[in-house]
Amino acid sequence: MLDAEPKPLVQVRNLKMYFPIHSGLMRRHSGDVKAVDDVSFEIRQGETLGLVGESGCGKSTVGRAILRLYEPTAGSVVIDGDEVPALSAEALRKKRPVMQMVFQDPQASLNPRMTVADIIREPLDEHTTLSRDEKLARVYELMDQVGLNRAFANRYPYAFSGGQRQRIGIARALALNPKFIVCDEPIAALDVSIQAQVVNLLEDLQERLGLTYLFISHDLSMVRHIADRVAVMYLGQIAEISPRDALYARPLHPYAEALLSAVPEPDPSREGARQRIILRGDVPSPANPPRGCNFCTRCPKVMPICREVEPRLIEAEPGRQVACHLVNPSPG
Amino acid sequence: MTDAPRLEKPRSQWRDVWVQFRQHRGAMAALFLFLLLAAFVVVGPMIWRIDPNFIDPDPVKMIRLRNRPPSWDHPLGTDQLGRDILARMMFGGRISLAVGTVAMLVAIFIGTTIGVLAGYFRRADGLLMRLTDMFLALPLLPLLLVMMMLFAEATAAVVGPRLGTFLLIVLAIGVTSWMHAARIVRGEVLALKEREFVLAARSIGTPARRIILRHILPNVLSPVLVAATLGIAAAIITESVLSFLGLGFPPDFPTWGRLLYDGIDVIRTYPERVIWPGLAISLTVLSVNYIGDGLRDALDPRIRGR
Repeated sequence: MLDAEPKPLVQVRNLKMYFPIHSGLMRRHSGDVKAVDDVSFEIRQGETLGLVGESGCGKSTVGRAILRLYEPTAGSVVIDGDEVPALSAEALRKKRPVMQMVFQDPQASLNPRMTVADIIREPLDEHTTLSRDEKLARVYELMDQVGLNRAFANRYPYAFSGGQRQRIGIARALALNPKFIVCDEPIAALDVSIQAQVVNLLEDLQERLGLTYLFISHDLSMVRHIADRVAVMYLGQIAEISPRDALYARPLHPYAEALLSAVPEPDPSREGARQRIILRGDVPSPANPPRGCNFCTRCPKVMPICREVEPRLIEAEPGRQVACHLVNPSPG
Repeated sequence: MTDAPRLEKPRSQWRDVWVQFRQHRGAMAALFLFLLLAAFVVVGPMIWRIDPNFIDPDPVKMIRLRNRPPSWDHPLGTDQLGRDILARMMFGGRISLAVGTVAMLVAIFIGTTIGVLAGYFRRADGLLMRLTDMFLALPLLPLLLVMMMLFAEATAAVVGPRLGTFLLIVLAIGVTSWMHAARIVRGEVLALKEREFVLAARSIGTPARRIILRHILPNVLSPVLVAATLGIAAAIITESVLSFLGLGFPPDFPTWGRLLYDGIDVIRTYPERVIWPGLAISLTVLSVNYIGDGLRDALDPRIRGR
């Protein structure tokens, strides 16, 4: 994996996802919530890209728009050679097995009226022509893979703990041998002790099955643990994409810097020396983002140009892309 | 970890449901009562062989037979024309139960279909809900009357007068009482379709029709069952209103609602003539309600588990 540069499995170009606002008596289209505004990145085969940012910055929307659970407003998403936004309904259905999703709330993402076996079997019912017994064998195999006791197959989701439910969700996502899985905050709703188990399971599966992840999270320590590269999002745009170690050692974008300064340090002696950058003000409304840089209203290092010209995401150092006038002094 | 040597095959859900249903005492009693009522009206007339419409042709005998109190010959007495009330109760029950159940099924089917379509497909929502509002705003009784007037003869000509009236009444009641079910179901579906398991089904590639059948419908079952149990009672009453107004079954044709209305005229002298059909309707509604309650509990795995 380290030798030759693997080719990208997922390529996202200028993805935009606007949710229209209708107001007034005639429900006229009066504006857009720019949940995702011009986002581009790529994920190489077998890699984990962490996507971090504060609540409401559009992380989950990126994940859902990539899988076309929302219809993107504009932009291109190429997954394993296919232009996903352009696929017809039937072609998209055929494409679904390649890309799967693990959801945030394991309670809400499992139908309370289906047994575990039925839930894991649903993708098999939709996409394969196996016999009942073969499907059952596959369900058991999947349950083994994610560490669920086979004897639980007849139980309903309410009978499980959060971690076990998330395992069911992972088993369902794995059922069709996907190449790419969007993990939409898969650990946010779990206890800390369970989080590690689930993350280790995801890593383990990645190693065994050669999976590619888009790991959406607001837990920076977890992302540091699992991701190879990390994209930091702010208000619908990507502020910085860097390899994990480089980013955590020396963040380039002021927002990434502020975000990382908030991560607690386990070592007490170093924790005392940690300098927190406290951002003032609130996140602007995504319906009405500021002119120029989206971060200019709160940036501690703001310059006049930031309020006028929107910075573009440019390669600042090898392998690191940053959207900031400070880092890329000559705006292109 | 020691694996169980033999794993249980995934069971049929319906067996679990039945096992849980039997735990619900009220529901089991209600089921028993309902079956008893059904037996009373279906098997009863085969044992109690008196024509419910028999009026003694001899005027003297007829007058002596009128308004008799209960006796061995007529356990519930006779009415103002000397007809046996027990026989009339049995025959009336057939019609009332049949009309009640079938009209309820029609109403629930239309209501659930429209509710699910309106809730799931945003484009259809406006149109379907305005249609529902329109039906809610219509004065139902005049509408029913016009429907019966217009179509009574046409249907009678095709399928015969008795079946024709039955079908027409059932359809008329069904078509005018689905709106509440539709609104309830739409609300539930609107909430359900934003749940993540529906999103998960879409990410798997499940087509909309199977999402509705597999994920949406089982989860809107509870409110639908409640609407259904209430619907049976409403349908029985509506049928009797129609018969009372002379647009349902012919006047000499007994139904529980009809008997009730006939009895109201003489409620001071013969209160039992109101009590018997009233009791029958109440017991039907009560038992159906409890059955629905037990079914709802049995269908919910969270309750079923304990």
